[in-house]
Amino acid sequence: MAIRRKLIAGITSLLSVMLSGVVQAASKLNMRPGVTETSLEAYDLHMMVIWVMVGISVVVFGAMFYSFIKHRKSKNPTPAKFSHSTKMEIIWTAIPILILIYLTIPSVKLLIKMEDASNPEMSIQVTGSQWKWHYKYLDQDIEFFSNLDRSIKTDDPLYLLAVDNELVIPINTKVRFLVTAEDVIHSWWVPDLAVKKDAIPGFINETWTNVPTPGTYRGQCTELCGKDHGFMPVVVKAVSKADFKKWVAGKDAERMVAEKAAAAAAAASWDMDKLMALGKETYDLKCASCHKVDGTGIAGAFPALKDSAVAVGPVETHMSIVVNGTSKGMQAFGKQLTDAELAAVITYERNAWGNNAGDKVTPADIQAFKAGN
Amino acid sequence: MSDHHPTGITRWLYTTNHKDIGSMYLWFSFIMFLVGGAMAMVIRAELYQPGLQFVDPGFFNQMTTMHGLIMVFGAVMPSMVGLANWLIPMMIGAPDMALPRMNNWSFWILPFAFTLLLSSLFMEGGAPNFGWTFYAPLSTTYGPPSTDFFILGVHMMGISSIMGAINVIVTVFNMRAPGMTLMKMPMFVWTWFITAFLLIMVMPVLAGVVTMMLTDRHFGTSFFDAAGGGDPVMFQHIFWFFGHPEVYIMILPAFGVVSEIIPAFSRKKLFGYSSMVYATASIALLSFIVWAHHMFTVGMPVAGELFFMIATMLIAVPTGVKVFNWVATMWQGSLTFETPMLFSIAFVILFTIGGFSGVMLAMAPVDFQYHDTYFVVAHFHYVLFPGAIFGTTAAVYYWLPKWTGKMYNEKVGKIHFWLSMIFVNLTFFPMHFSGLAGMPRRIPDYNMMFADFNMWASIGAFGLGLTQVFFLVTIIMAIRGGKKAEEKQWDGATGLEWDALPSPAPYHTFSTPPKVD
Amino acid sequence: MTEQLQQKNKKLVKQLLALVGGMCLFVVALVPLYDVFCDITGINGKTRGQALYENVEVDKKRVVTVEFLTNINRGMPWEFESQTKSVEVHPGELNEVRFYAKNRSKFDIVGQSVPSVSPGEAALYLNKTECFCFDKQRLTAGEEVEMPMKFYIDADIPKDITRLTLSYQLFNVTEAASTESAATK
Repeated sequence: MAIRRKLIAGITSLLSVMLSGVVQAASKLNMRPGVTETSLEAYDLHMMVIWVMVGISVVVFGAMFYSFIKHRKSKNPTPAKFSHSTKMEIIWTAIPILILIYLTIPSVKLLIKMEDASNPEMSIQVTGSQWKWHYKYLDQDIEFFSNLDRSIKTDDPLYLLAVDNELVIPINTKVRFLVTAEDVIHSWWVPDLAVKKDAIPGFINETWTNVPTPGTYRGQCTELCGKDHGFMPVVVKAVSKADFKKWVAGKDAERMVAEKAAAAAAAASWDMDKLMALGKETYDLKCASCHKVDGTGIAGAFPALKDSAVAVGPVETHMSIVVNGTSKGMQAFGKQLTDAELAAVITYERNAWGNNAGDKVTPADIQAFKAGN
Repeated sequence: MSDHHPTGITRWLYTTNHKDIGSMYLWFSFIMFLVGGAMAMVIRAELYQPGLQFVDPGFFNQMTTMHGLIMVFGAVMPSMVGLANWLIPMMIGAPDMALPRMNNWSFWILPFAFTLLLSSLFMEGGAPNFGWTFYAPLSTTYGPPSTDFFILGVHMMGISSIMGAINVIVTVFNMRAPGMTLMKMPMFVWTWFITAFLLIMVMPVLAGVVTMMLTDRHFGTSFFDAAGGGDPVMFQHIFWFFGHPEVYIMILPAFGVVSEIIPAFSRKKLFGYSSMVYATASIALLSFIVWAHHMFTVGMPVAGELFFMIATMLIAVPTGVKVFNWVATMWQGSLTFETPMLFSIAFVILFTIGGFSGVMLAMAPVDFQYHDTYFVVAHFHYVLFPGAIFGTTAAVYYWLPKWTGKMYNEKVGKIHFWLSMIFVNLTFFPMHFSGLAGMPRRIPDYNMMFADFNMWASIGAFGLGLTQVFFLVTIIMAIRGGKKAEEKQWDGATGLEWDALPSPAPYHTFSTPPKVD
Repeated sequence: MTEQLQQKNKKLVKQLLALVGGMCLFVVALVPLYDVFCDITGINGKTRGQALYENVEVDKKRVVTVEFLTNINRGMPWEFESQTKSVEVHPGELNEVRFYAKNRSKFDIVGQSVPSVSPGEAALYLNKTECFCFDKQRLTAGEEVEMPMKFYIDADIPKDITRLTLSYQLFNVTEAASTESAATK
């Protein structure tokens, strides 16, 4: 008897410590509630099912542990003979069904809500490609690539979660995302907004959010898409409506600056040294992760550029591959790099590692190539 | 009863004996388990800390892909076939499987298939790197050259499984001893019988989808390529139509094992035998209509998502019935806790925990937050490792005396159990948390907010890996120098193999069918 | 094994092989079945083939917004834009939208546009009488073209769909097109 009481006391206190510990540790161990109405509802549903599961475990595992103690051979040498009970079978079929119905009803409601992208106030096209996101604001004439910020290192709290260009959206606005992909399947996820939608080449998917709280919300690609699947984060910055207007204006200004710079670059003279310097910088940042810093690539996956026929062959072909990509896997860098960077990196590839093609490509050449002349 | 058998290497190459073939399947699956486990060690070594320390991302993707393929098709499935071969004829009083020569082919295809698959690691472009689920177009348009060898390997392995399944069904239908009606068969035979039907139904679908991959890659078709009017999402539908029943194929035999062992060590009949049969059949039937719960984020219309969500939650009902029946079997029994029983009890508890995360994943709107994160990885490793693998381990400890005539060392077995128990939970429980914190699957490097969970998981994984070596040593020690086993090693055991056969079971058994009342 | 048992086994094996064969046929059938299912329900956003504009009633009381998106697949060096970002139409009314494409490269390239509609269910109600997406488009190096697309929305489109987005993704199918034409020669 005494043992039994001690056991019950022990188990009860252990459970309470665990539960309170769980609750306290919730912020670290648990999913974040996020900031949107749907993320909070998803969190609530998540907590509800966890508590239901905890309840079921207490009952089922409790019965098992009770058996281990009370029904072990030394304590219960004569086993009972029963081996069926229709009543119990019905009970333990009916109760789970009821529990499942209890869980299903709010799930149905929330799912319908989460999938209702109607009547948005603005729309953004999200395009995934290997290995970055591209955003195009359909109501403002803004588009840009969002690449992993590779300058941020392992010990930084933003490692693998920061980008060069964040997706900026206004708060308290129903924003619709039209999600697609350019090559393989990717998936766009922001946990704090509870938005996840697959990006499928050739198809368009729709989802939405409405963020009430300004802040920066970070997520990652959630569908294996090749080598750098873990290196294409999603960063959404929600700002006040006024700040959003400012940002839009800023982007327009940014674009004009870039256009001027491109024109200046085209007009300027570029000697080999200047091209090779910018070329190496661009190559190491943008190309080396696949083609390797020494240009040797990875056999069967990413062609070697050192001693390659393309790098010393016709310039046109080389430019086409870098600017337009190929359907076999090489990305199109035409829109991702400035004309100067493109010219420099092609020049670098043609002359580094002993390739010595001897020719150079200038930003003006790139401009002409892009224009189709 | 006859013990005369051939010797030398030709014995193994030409054998049609279900016991020999069963042993070959078990050893093969264990070797594959160690190979797949080694790949897991590479993965966990890289994930031990943030930063890329050991492998590059491309190779990491090869490791995760091959780990999955080897474990699913090379370790879990063949181990279950090994158990089937050894046990089904003995349990139903048959002299052998119905088609002994086909049985030999079924086995020998596997070493060839897996040599082919493993050799892809050394091919140009590396091994398959698109996940064991090989979604298009990553696997079709963007797959490495070795993809075609992967396809051939899958075909070979699929043929092996189909032949094995046909063998099981014909054996169970036609070769039961007189008096052994279907509803008198041991649960292990029932679960394998139902599994065999699942295999016959879905392995052709897998063969179909990899063939379509092959023609998309080389023969100008566009099943999964939008450019030609195809649909990458159709790939997922067809794959998961195979893929979901596949996971039940991997677990049902383990359910059967546990349904043999728990009654034996409770000294009490299995509670609710007929509902166990019906529950298993319901699980099998339901497994065909839930496949798209792997695809909730793909852009399915709401009606589809609702259907699959509800159907998936329904599977929890017959599964729950099974768990309750096991608990009721133990209730008021006379329990002892030898190694097979320890693994079986751990199965019930930890598989149930895997089932809980499964119910959570079934709820579509919350699944949006779990999908393709480590929460899913935690779920399926709980149902596969403390599920399928513990089930097989329990079976090996339980029937080893019958197979070899030698007993394992109980103290050593218990050490193996506790090491497994500690390390399996240390490895996979933290993954629930890294998933909830937002860590995606299939990434070689991660932000420091996931660091602690990954560290614990890696420590657990290294321990779990060493524990398997310990297991190997335990078994070899038993086979070579273990105590002589009893005919009925376990006093609570029932069944023809325990009541009517010596230990070890002779090479040929039941040449004359036994009497079954 | 007795002769009788062998016969029984053979018979069952044949039946099981038939089942395997049946499942092989099933997976082959899954492909057209999938298309039929999606065609009937429109749920994956795929539009249908060419429609006719005959005896179509116009519902002047409703307005549906149709947006146009374009994107370009990997390895496709064309420019591809719709001239109109969106139009507001009455269900049943025939409309025309023009798309612009230019082959910026130095090579002749064949392109295939693939349409996709969101929300998926709306695809059922979008009828195109003329579309560049019905055929492959061949552009020589530097060539540019204006491509019309004529469509109408079914009058019985559900009341809760007030906006649909039609997205075209342009793929480079030069290789596939050349093997096709080689085959038909």
